[in-house]
Amino acid sequence: MNKKILVLIFLFPWLIGFFGYGIYPIIISLYYSFCQYDVLQIPMYIGFNNYYEILFNDPYFWKSISNTFYYTLFRVPSNIILSLIIAISINKISKGGAIFRTSYFIPSLVSGVALSVIWMWIFNPQIGLLNLILKFFGLSGPMWLQDPSWSKPALIIMSFWSAGGGRMLIFLAALRNIPPKLYEAFKLDGGNNFQSFFHITLPMISPIIFLWSIVEVIASMQVFTEAFIMTKGGPVDSTLFYNLYLYNKAFQDFNMGYASALAWLLLIITLIITSIQFKMSKKYVYYEGVK
Amino acid sequence: MIVFMRILLSAGAIISIAPLVWIAYVSFSSSENSLNIFHAFKNGLSLSNYKVIFNKIPLSRYMCNSVIISFLTIIGTVISSSFVAYAFSILKWKSRDNVFLIIIFTMMLPLQVTMIPVFVINNQLGWLNTIYPLVIPAFLGGGAFNIFLFRQFFLNIPREIIDAARMDGLNHFQIYYKIVLPMAKPVITAVCILTFLFTWNDFMGPLIYLSDQIKGTLALGLMLFVGQYQTEWGQLMALSMIMIIPVFTIFVIFQKHFISGLMFGGNKN
Repeated sequence: MNKKILVLIFLFPWLIGFFGYGIYPIIISLYYSFCQYDVLQIPMYIGFNNYYEILFNDPYFWKSISNTFYYTLFRVPSNIILSLIIAISINKISKGGAIFRTSYFIPSLVSGVALSVIWMWIFNPQIGLLNLILKFFGLSGPMWLQDPSWSKPALIIMSFWSAGGGRMLIFLAALRNIPPKLYEAFKLDGGNNFQSFFHITLPMISPIIFLWSIVEVIASMQVFTEAFIMTKGGPVDSTLFYNLYLYNKAFQDFNMGYASALAWLLLIITLIITSIQFKMSKKYVYYEGVK
Repeated sequence: MIVFMRILLSAGAIISIAPLVWIAYVSFSSSENSLNIFHAFKNGLSLSNYKVIFNKIPLSRYMCNSVIISFLTIIGTVISSSFVAYAFSILKWKSRDNVFLIIIFTMMLPLQVTMIPVFVINNQLGWLNTIYPLVIPAFLGGGAFNIFLFRQFFLNIPREIIDAARMDGLNHFQIYYKIVLPMAKPVITAVCILTFLFTWNDFMGPLIYLSDQIKGTLALGLMLFVGQYQTEWGQLMALSMIMIIPVFTIFVIFQKHFISGLMFGGNKN
């Protein structure tokens, strides 16, 4: 059989998906973003109107963008640092590592709606676990999800619970791949444990940290389920995240053109952030050899 | 230093596990008293919360829908992502690695950009309130990450095995089906588990496509229940438990594959 045809046959499912669920929708979405479109009638071209409205006349856009930036800015670094700390500690202790690994991993099995419902209860000001514990120590806890200044921190705190999930396991795998020789040589040269962390551990796993910081930023910019279930964007729009706003525009108001413009702005913003991360990575990420 | 670490780790482990134990406890306490931590201890355990939710919502229906969607998605993902990965590992062709970069790049694209046109297409096809919009994408490539996992594994298969099979007169479809796939059991298991986790917990997909309540998944049912019975914490926790238990069961059975599968993904760049 012809080689080219053979390759095409093996690629066939992906090619269909790539065009049907990738290329074609992207082009159409760009077109919709210049239209007024409510699904029932055919799209009507209105030029840059949607973009103009969003950028200059829509306070919710700016609110949701600042909420999402706040969330991403605090969530991503704190989560990465936390799972790194867990991975390093588990890697250090010799006995019981597997048990710890499992117990930290388990919360990450709970996600989506179940996670949100459970944490709604944990954050409940009167009967929730968190405030009951604070009360036990004589502290009076905040209103959490019902307080506009605590709602975003609450959602970030919630994300800590799953910090021991897949990301932590991958950090752990990366830590185990560091050749012990490096540490031995460093010790012989008179370096201590603390220094070896910054001179060996961190550089050696920096590619993995970088990869995850990209993935996490993209995921964090798209946060949806937690806000949709737990707060509906409130109180006082304090958890109106970008994706939630986009969903409301598209599937509550059926303002598909406007929502498509929002989606394209999200794509542009995400691309800008990712390319900044790539630029910065050249300074901090250490690549062993050229792969 | 190590002792200090051990204590800290233990404290963290307790924080990780304790809420789940408590949720299980609340779900099995009698519904009126689950509101108050201290009262819940006094009464014995009962299944009343579980019985009540079975009566309030079509729970078995939701479960059935969730199982069907998860099952079909897993089948589609495993078949199509391993098949496509074969082209990116065993077969050798010009610009193969460049095309693979496109796949990696699609992982970065926010779902929102394609979501609306895909919804419109499904609407025009009359596929709203069917499982097609949720299941069919799995059969068309099965997701970039899964292709990536299979490719990494296939690249490590010794070339001699493939060459020997070619000598024996097997064509590439036979090699894929009879040799490569049976060897890839660890990855298949990992992909099955990861896909199950994702599909079982998926919320936005069913939310957009299954507006008819009876067609909904468990995640959607839980969402509707929160809207209606916000303060019935005992029942809410029971429903959460029903969502969590299948995931936990699979985790316990396949724990080794789970963790090694995920770590495998991180090992190779």
